This record gives sequence, C-alpha cells and structure tokens, in this order.
Amino acid sequence: MMRRTTLLTGCTALALALGATACGGGPVTPAGGGDKALAGQTVTVAGVWTGSEQKNFQKVLDAFSAKTGAKTQFVSTGDNVSTVVGSKIEGGNAPDVVMVPQVGVLQQFAQKGWLQPLSTTARQTIGADFASVWKNYGSVDGTLYGLYFKAAHKSTVWYSPDALAQAGVEPPKTYDEMLKAGHTVSDSGLAAFAVAGQDGWTLTDWFENIYLSQAGPEKYDALAAHKLKWTDASVVKALTTLGKLFKDKQLIAGGQKEALNTDFPGSVEKVFGPEPKAGMVYEGDFVAGVAHDQFGRTIGQDADFFAFPAVDGGSAPVVSGGDAAVVLKDGKNAKAGMKLLEYLATPEAAAVWAKAGGFLSPNKKLDLASYGDDVTRATAKSLVAAGDSVRFDMSDQAPAAFGGTKGAGEWKLLQDFLGDPSDPKATADRLEAAAAKAYQG
Amino acid sequence: MTATTLAKEAGSAPVASAGRARRTRRRGRIIAVLFVLPALLLLGALVVYPVVFSVGRSFFDASGTRFVGGDNYTEMFRDPATLKAIRNTTIWVVVAPALLTGLGLILAVLVEKVRWATAFKLLLFMPMAVSFLAAGIIFRLAYDEDPDKGVLNAAVVSVHDAFAGTSSYPTARAREGQGLIHGADGSYRTGTGVSPGDSVTLGLVGVLPKDLPAGAGPAYAAAGRSAAPDEVRGVVYLDFTPGGGGRQGEVDRRESGLPEMKVEAVRDGRTVASTTTASDGSFRFPGLASGAYTVELPESNFAPPYQGVSWLGRTLVTPAIIGAYLWIWTGFAMVLIGAGLSTLPRDALEAARMDGANEWQIFRRITVPLLAPVLTVVFVTLVINVMKVFDLVYIIAPGPVQEDATVLATQMWLVSFGGGNNQGLGSALGVLLLLLVIPAMVFNVRRFRRSQR
Repeated sequence: MMRRTTLLTGCTALALALGATACGGGPVTPAGGGDKALAGQTVTVAGVWTGSEQKNFQKVLDAFSAKTGAKTQFVSTGDNVSTVVGSKIEGGNAPDVVMVPQVGVLQQFAQKGWLQPLSTTARQTIGADFASVWKNYGSVDGTLYGLYFKAAHKSTVWYSPDALAQAGVEPPKTYDEMLKAGHTVSDSGLAAFAVAGQDGWTLTDWFENIYLSQAGPEKYDALAAHKLKWTDASVVKALTTLGKLFKDKQLIAGGQKEALNTDFPGSVEKVFGPEPKAGMVYEGDFVAGVAHDQFGRTIGQDADFFAFPAVDGGSAPVVSGGDAAVVLKDGKNAKAGMKLLEYLATPEAAAVWAKAGGFLSPNKKLDLASYGDDVTRATAKSLVAAGDSVRFDMSDQAPAAFGGTKGAGEWKLLQDFLGDPSDPKATADRLEAAAAKAYQG
Repeated sequence: MTATTLAKEAGSAPVASAGRARRTRRRGRIIAVLFVLPALLLLGALVVYPVVFSVGRSFFDASGTRFVGGDNYTEMFRDPATLKAIRNTTIWVVVAPALLTGLGLILAVLVEKVRWATAFKLLLFMPMAVSFLAAGIIFRLAYDEDPDKGVLNAAVVSVHDAFAGTSSYPTARAREGQGLIHGADGSYRTGTGVSPGDSVTLGLVGVLPKDLPAGAGPAYAAAGRSAAPDEVRGVVYLDFTPGGGGRQGEVDRRESGLPEMKVEAVRDGRTVASTTTASDGSFRFPGLASGAYTVELPESNFAPPYQGVSWLGRTLVTPAIIGAYLWIWTGFAMVLIGAGLSTLPRDALEAARMDGANEWQIFRRITVPLLAPVLTVVFVTLVINVMKVFDLVYIIAPGPVQEDATVLATQMWLVSFGGGNNQGLGSALGVLLLLLVIPAMVFNVRRFRRSQR
C-alpha cells in the first residue's frame, strides 16, 4: 500500500510539474548594467502572482538583473504553492526562490527541511529595517528563513467621502464612534455598512480586527495557535461586540439576509458602484483596487479609508498578510537566490514596485514618497507605524478546514452568526468544536 | 463465440474419445479466458481495485497510517452535515427521477403530435450539450436574490409590483424616543392626544435626498403656521439636514417636507379623517369635532419593496437546484421515451381508437403500459445519475447555505479534499454512496439480462 501511494504521488507530481513548466515559464531577462558579479547565472523565482502583480514583480527582478548581471525567471504557481513547489523539488527542478503567501506554508516548508536559513547580510538587514514581528513570522524554531517583501493591510475601513459628508460625520476613532457615525449615515438615508456575508473570509477579518484590539496581541497569538480555546470569555466578548453591528438593521445594507447574499465585489459595489446603497465597507487595502478597476473611482477622492478603529480602549488593530521570500536548499543557483533575497530586503527593491502601485512594503527604510498615491502612502504609513503590534490574519494561520473553506469551519459559523447574532456564547462553543477537530487533524 | 463453435465441433465427432473431448474443452476454456482477460484487467484496475482500496482506506484515519476500525463510520453518522446530505440525497432520488420521467413522457407524447417535432426535440435536448459547470453558473445568476441581477426574481418582483404597487417611502423611519410610536404593523403615530387647534411636526429620517419625490420643498414655513380652532394641522418632514448640523426633533430651515405621505386622524381606534401631504410636507384636517385624536402615518407609506423569492435560501435551495437539473435532463428523458414511443405497435393504438377510446384513455391504458420497460430504464438510469449529482450543487449553492444543500457526493468531496483533507472519512462516505447505488445497479443489470433472453 505504501509503495503504491508513493507511485501515485509521483505521478501527480510529474503531471503537476509538467503542467507548471508548460504554462508558467516567464520570460528570461537579459542582463545589463551594474557590477555583473552574478553574470551567467539564472535565478528562478516561483510565486502565486499573475497578471499585473507578476508584471510589477518582474520590474523588481529586472532591476536586480541590471544590478548584478544575473538572469531571472519568474514561474507562476497558481494558488497552490506548496503542491507545485513540492513536486518541483521531487522532480529535481526546484526554483531558487519562492514567494510564499502564508505563514502556515512557510512553516510547512521549514519543517520539511526545504529551506535555507537566511544569510548574515539578509538577517542583519531584516533585524535593522523591519519590525521584529516580521522577523518572527519569517522564523521557524528560532531560525530566520523568510523575508516579508510584500504586505497587505487588512485593517482599513473604506468609505465614500460623499456619503460621509452628506451625513456630516467625520471618520471615527473608536468602535463605538463608528457605530454612532453609522447610525447618522443611516439617518441620512444610506445604510452604514455593506457586509459581504456570502464570502466567509470577510467575516473572519471583521472578527480578527475586533479581537486583536479588544483582547490584545498576546491573546490573539494564543488563539491563532489554538493554545487558547474559542470558548474563552474574550472570544465571546468580541463576538458580542461584533454582534452589536450585525444585529442592527440600520447599520447593515439590506439587513442580515441581504448581507448573506452579498459577495465581496458586491459589497464594494454597494459603496462605490453606480447606485450606492451604503456608506462604508470594511476590508483590506485591496478594496481600493476593486473600487478603481471595476467602478472607476479615483482613490483618495471618491474613495478613502480610515484605520479600523480601536475597540473598548484597546489600541487600533493592524491585521496584515504578506508574501515572504524564501530560498530553497535544492535550487541550482541557491547562492544567487540568496543574493536576490538580500536585494529584496533593501528599500531600493521595494521602491521599484511601490512606484508601480498595488504594493505595500513592511520595510521601515522605504521612503514613503516612493508610493504612487496618497492613499497607498497612508496605508503603508499605518502599517509601518504599527511596528510590532501588526498581526497576521488569524484564519490564514489556521488549518484550511477551519479558517479557509467555503461552507465550513469559521467561515460558515460566522455566517450563521451574521444570520442570527443573538447567542455569541453558542457560536463560540461551535467555533471551538470545529477548531478542535481541524487543529487535531 | 469461438468457444461454443469449438465445443460443437468436438461433440459432432462420434468416434472421439472422452479424453480428447475434455482436452478440447479445456483448450476452449483457455482461449475464452484469454479473450476475456483484457476486459477483466481493465475492469479490475479501473473499477474493482479502486472500490477495494476505498473500502480499505475507509478504515484508516486522515493520515492513512493508523487503523481506526469503524470509527469513520460512526463519525460519519454523528456529523450533522452527513445527515443533511443523506436527507437531501433522498429528496433528490425521490423527486428528480420521477419528475423527469413524467415530464419526459408528457413531452414525448405531445411532441409526437406537433408539426415541428424535430425542431422541438432539438430545442429541448439542447441543454444536454451545456456542461454542468456552465449550467450551474447560469442558474446561480438566474436565481440571484437581487432583482437587478437574478432574472427569476426580476420577473417575480415586476409581476408582484404590477398588482400590489409600491410605497413611496420604503426606507423612512422615525428616530427612537422622539415622540413617534412605531406600531406593530409598521405604521407611526403620535403618542399624546392631539386636539383640534394643535399643530404637530412628524420628523422622519432615512430618506436619501435624491429619493424625495420631485417638487419636495422645505418644511420650515409650513411648520410655523398655526392651526384654526377646529382643525389639526402639521408637517411631515425629513428630520435630517444634509451635511449634518440640524437639531434632532425640530424643523430646521433646510429640512425638506415629505410630500405624498398618507396621514390619518384616528379617534378611539377609528380613522375619522385622512389626507395626503402637500409638496412642503404639510397637511390639515379641517372641521374636526373637539376631542383627543392620534395622528397616524399608516403602514402603506413605508411598506418595504417586495424582495421576491429567496430561491437560494435555506428552504428553497434544494428544489431550486433540482429545477436546474430538470432543465438539463428533460431533453434526455424525452428523447429516450420518444424513441420507445416510435416503436409502439400502431395497430394497438388504431384498434383502441376504432373502439372509441379518447386520447386520455389511450395514453393511460395503452401507451403507458406498453412503454413501461422504457420508462423503467429511464427512471433507473436517472436514479443512478441523481445519486452522484455534484457539480450543480457545488456551484449553485452559495457558501452560507452550502451545508443545507449538500448531497452525499459533494460531502464526500468536501470531506476528502475541500478543506477537510480527511480521505478516510471521505472513503467511508464513498462506500455509503456505493451501497446506495448498488440496488439500482443490480436492478438494471437484471432487467438487461432478462430482456436479452
């Protein structure tokens, strides 16, 4: 049985590897300029990026080539990084550098012994230029493997400045102020919030922001690692706080039932679409992208954000995500790969993508003037200013069965909670039951 | 075929010894086995081995290394999602094949009688050419609850609104604690007794300036007028100054009146006068007898717009998906039954007609009984098909109701690959599905054998 399983895995790996090489080969960048220390070597980089993200990252790689003379090749892995990279390693065709999109994946790679610890230079840069929280999220068992090159800011509440001006309210500073402002917006005839209840992940983000601010970073970490049970009083309290918003018909566009029928793009449309139905929508910095690309809003003018407000006297939460660069042991040019990583750690590299847009860097040394527009600059500033209080998206740290599956686990239970927020205690019990099952498996 | 021929030849030689006959028979058997071998190998590798493997896998835990005995099976029946899946699969099996066979039969009989039969058949058969994925996406859109997106609700809402009409201020409401009492039926009324000679201001909020009827004007001037001794007058106004800054509960200069609002004067629970507000939101009830009145804004002003049917809500999601399934498979049932219909002995039908039977009697007493074998084949095939329905359920059901729509096949996939990553439990579900399909299979195979004989 064991041998057959291996055979099967081998076949799948082969198929995947073939598929990946067939469709994922990016253009090989020619060398030019710089000191040419790495001339003649090709660094292969794998990552989830496609489309404009891939294009912009290529600009960073081009800058690296210009500097060092090394050729670079970007391979897009699609959503499932760990499967593709795993099969490439088995097939003896490992990329040199991988951009991993989740903390869990980085840990998984490190535990399998695929990763090379970062060089002294890279370690020093990260130690000096990054908040130590990024170092921690890049380390496994005390060894630093990953450099967070690109980050996401998930504590931004986006609003239509027109709607708030019409209602005569200012961006709030606390959660209670936000609910009060919401009521005023609702008095003006527009619902306060568009909630994307059909996409469970937006609800987990709501919860994580409230929990991080209300219960504090220590408890947040404990809950993320499931060292703290979901039945803890702090969870019930956060759910009650969230329920205050969820159960208020005046605060949610169309009430709970309509919220459960709204997906994420739909919720952005409710605020920034041609027929606004709500004044505010909470989600990460990528809301700006949707508002701009799909609904033609000028960011900073027709769409702006305020930081997710502090809850119950806590400090304002900064929930984040990001892509970390790691170097694989099995890469053919792992040494050149490490050089690329050292380059990515510099503000110079971050500035290249920052100029192109759609990018936040956790690097403290990056000049904020590098960002293309004021709103991105403000998000970046808030992210860097948060320093060590930044926390990674909790559901991304959890096993997929709990934190990342449509119609199951945390997604489903928070959707049920949105439908009926009357009993936070029971929801906490159910969350614990689901978490216990997923973390043990 | 070869084996039988050989056996016959051997038997036809009268002088052959018993030993030779046996040898020939053995040779024949070896040849037969050789001929069957490729098929057996394929069957073994593609069907028997996976089945046996799944059964074996179902006794191991998620990692596949620890033997857990029947734990997966007990876990399976403890999980409410599985029980829902079993319930839904039962609904599917009971409803869908019967409906499809019935529809197919009716359509086949009717289509036979129209002139453009082939065109009709082609049209009805066309959904079969659409992949389940595409059909799922189409129906997900069609069933969308927002009347601006879902075509079904757009139809339902426009029909409803054509008969029931809409209210002018569906979003309007009063702030709490500012004098207006919210009735259980959705109306608003003044709390204190109002007597002739009084004027009242009824402040509402929640109306966008752009949603005000054309011609709505400021209510300030009207609010200042005093009432004659035998009348009650007042304004209904929007208690919200655009841009903020207005005082709550008072008519500020820039605040607009709410025109076309129905207002009633109620005394002792009886409506004694009723009027509609003017463009500045003012109203008056002249010639009232003295006494205490209540001024009421009836519910019809505020009735929320009709939202249509919640097709993909908890209760309707399974019927809705079955509807999509019918759309795809009706053509199949119709064509198969139609083929059976064309082979019916015409003389039986003619004879019945000569004897004076009407069309309904012919259908009931002759067509259906003669078609019974075809109907059974269609029905059983559909039962097997329905058991493994997956794509439609997975695509059409939105996240929040996925669990309410789940069937065994989707549950099996979700548990094994879609996040659960427990292939042991998934295999147990697969085995359950297999056990449920086997009776239908056996039935079909036996029928097939009987008809060959």
